Amino acid sequence: MTSKATIALGNALVGFRGRIRELVVDKAGVGLPGLELERRLIELGFVEGADVELLHQGLFGGDPIAVRVAHTTIALRRREAMAILVTPALPA
Amino acid sequence: MNAGGILTAAVAPAVAPVIALVGNPNCGKTALFNALTGSRQKVANYPGVTVEKKIGRLTTPAGRVLQIVDLPGTYSLRARSPDEEITRDVVLGRLQSDVNPDLIVCVGDASNLRLALRLALELKRVGRPVMLSLNMMDIARKRGVEIDVARLSRELGVPVVQSVAVRRGGTDALLGEIDRLLEDLPLAQAADWHAPDAGELRGAQREADRVLRAAVKSSGERDSGTAAVDAVLLHPVAGLVVLLALLFVMFQAVFAWARPLMDVIQDGFTWLGTLVEASPLPDLLKSFFKDGLISGVGSVIVFLPQIVILFFFILVLEDLGYMARAAFLMDRIMGGAGLHGRAFIPLLSSFACAIPGIMSTRVIDDKRDRLTTILVAPLMTCSARIPVYTLIIGAFIPDREVWGFVGLQGLVMFGLYASGIAGALGVSFIIKRVFWHGEPGEPFMLELPDYKLPRVKSLAIGLWTRATIFLKRAGTTILSMMVLIWFLASFPRPPAGATEPAISYSLAAMLGSLLQPLTEPLGFNWQINVALIPGMAAREVAVGALGTIYAIDGGEGAADKIGQAIAGQWSLATALALLAWYVFAPQCASTLAVIRRETGSWKWMWVTFGYMLALAYAAALITNQVARALGAG
Repeated sequence: MTSKATIALGNALVGFRGRIRELVVDKAGVGLPGLELERRLIELGFVEGADVELLHQGLFGGDPIAVRVAHTTIALRRREAMAILVTPALPA
Repeated sequence: MNAGGILTAAVAPAVAPVIALVGNPNCGKTALFNALTGSRQKVANYPGVTVEKKIGRLTTPAGRVLQIVDLPGTYSLRARSPDEEITRDVVLGRLQSDVNPDLIVCVGDASNLRLALRLALELKRVGRPVMLSLNMMDIARKRGVEIDVARLSRELGVPVVQSVAVRRGGTDALLGEIDRLLEDLPLAQAADWHAPDAGELRGAQREADRVLRAAVKSSGERDSGTAAVDAVLLHPVAGLVVLLALLFVMFQAVFAWARPLMDVIQDGFTWLGTLVEASPLPDLLKSFFKDGLISGVGSVIVFLPQIVILFFFILVLEDLGYMARAAFLMDRIMGGAGLHGRAFIPLLSSFACAIPGIMSTRVIDDKRDRLTTILVAPLMTCSARIPVYTLIIGAFIPDREVWGFVGLQGLVMFGLYASGIAGALGVSFIIKRVFWHGEPGEPFMLELPDYKLPRVKSLAIGLWTRATIFLKRAGTTILSMMVLIWFLASFPRPPAGATEPAISYSLAAMLGSLLQPLTEPLGFNWQINVALIPGMAAREVAVGALGTIYAIDGGEGAADKIGQAIAGQWSLATALALLAWYVFAPQCASTLAVIRRETGSWKWMWVTFGYMLALAYAAALITNQVARALGAG
């Protein structure tokens, strides 16, 4: 797992599996101040080191997405998921 | 920070101790509340807000009487919506209310404890005794989740018990522990809770993850049933098809299944009316009972079957865990019009009645998203418009088929629904652009819970609560409006030897002629104006009012006779204009009252009234003028 492989969860495809590397919330275009977005993401379980899997996406523009994070499934929009940087799981 | 908590706890022992249930959304908290209190629960509102305050009583095995408070679900005490603010304020004892908890029971879904453990850690900081109840243990066990309860309790530093809300005896351990804790309750300490920042939240989640690893063994696999069902229900195309099919069945049910019951209620009130008619009371009193009270309240109560059936569907889908999926599927589509995915449920409820719809906007965190939803909810075609639509369509639209298989009358009805929806989407789009300057809104973030079979008991309690709230309103607000309108329509009394129907001498008729210059361009005559005035109380009352004006007695076949009367006296252009008016007009005092209460301001109530009136006027004007130009005048 090199940092080169790090992508934003907002860009991931259905079926993606990986681990959260860090939250970066200074992106523009989100309806919340960055720090508030960060707190909401953490409250729903998106913390560094948690395993994620992209399960489903919507019909239009592949948005929103349903993400398995640890033992919970969370729906969110790709725009907010851009703040979640993930590294892909090594192929089994 | 909050020394008030100490005082209340010290003074409280004389009354029944208060136990507050706190937990994440979907943790089975309400099922646990229902299991504990059964039918001994009371639903009211917290002072000043419309968040439901659910309190129930029970007696423990040790003979202690408890008050249990079910608080709105939350992930953290950092409140983001009116619901969550209540949870925070009750837990912190900030609320001037009778529900300062002596003991907080944190409820966690045993098969999904990660977020619940962080909430439990946060609750430890509020300075009140806390315990954790691992709910839905049966499901967790089936899924191979093993929990070392003693270890969990040690790591967390709070007592932990297991519970199965839906099984007999499933709450014994919980009640036993509550009894034990209340025996020797530590005094509440000053809270050292403050809204955590991102670093503290992260730290708390890490700690929760550590506790979880130490005390819980779980494969971490998804529930295979949920995964299989979601493969279809969350499929980008199939999911939407299923959602549409579900909506179709719901509307069929609301309109078709409710009909026989509504007829029974209608007949009941008609029968009451004839009893009054036959009684030896003076005419004025007869009219007050029959036209004011009985037909007024009856015309509202007749919608009870529809409301119960609609809520039946909504509650079942909610308990199943489907509503979050519906919001997921609709988010992008509604987002195009500037609405939040969560607005889907309130807008759906508004098809039965805007009042429960507006009340259910409380699930939307963001103030602006919530306000937009409240403002457009009354444009959804509520069931009170149906009697008016049915009357006018029946009288003016020929009952024939177009394109070989579609009934023209049904098509017009569909068009009226579609106009309402299009109006709502258009208005929310404009609100977004004009008022919020197109700023990106609140993010859509929502847990998709595992599917669970709804429980009959929870459903029954939920339906009963909705029905009583509705009936209470019919008995208070609507009743008093009806009395006022009856007064307007009955006084002054007609002079001796009057030839016109009595109502034409009344205050209502005077108002109707005053309005005449304004409604002339819409093609409305004074009779319509008069009918619109009582229609302010509730839309469908306009039908009865037209009956009064055209001097038709109620009872068997009354609607048909009204239809014949208006078909003979109105032009097609007038009828179509009135339909267009009814799609948009703010003709419901109760809805406006609820908007005032939910937004906490008169301003938004008047904004709603104003924009709907403007839309209604414009729509009726255009319809009338175009129809006349096409020769339907």
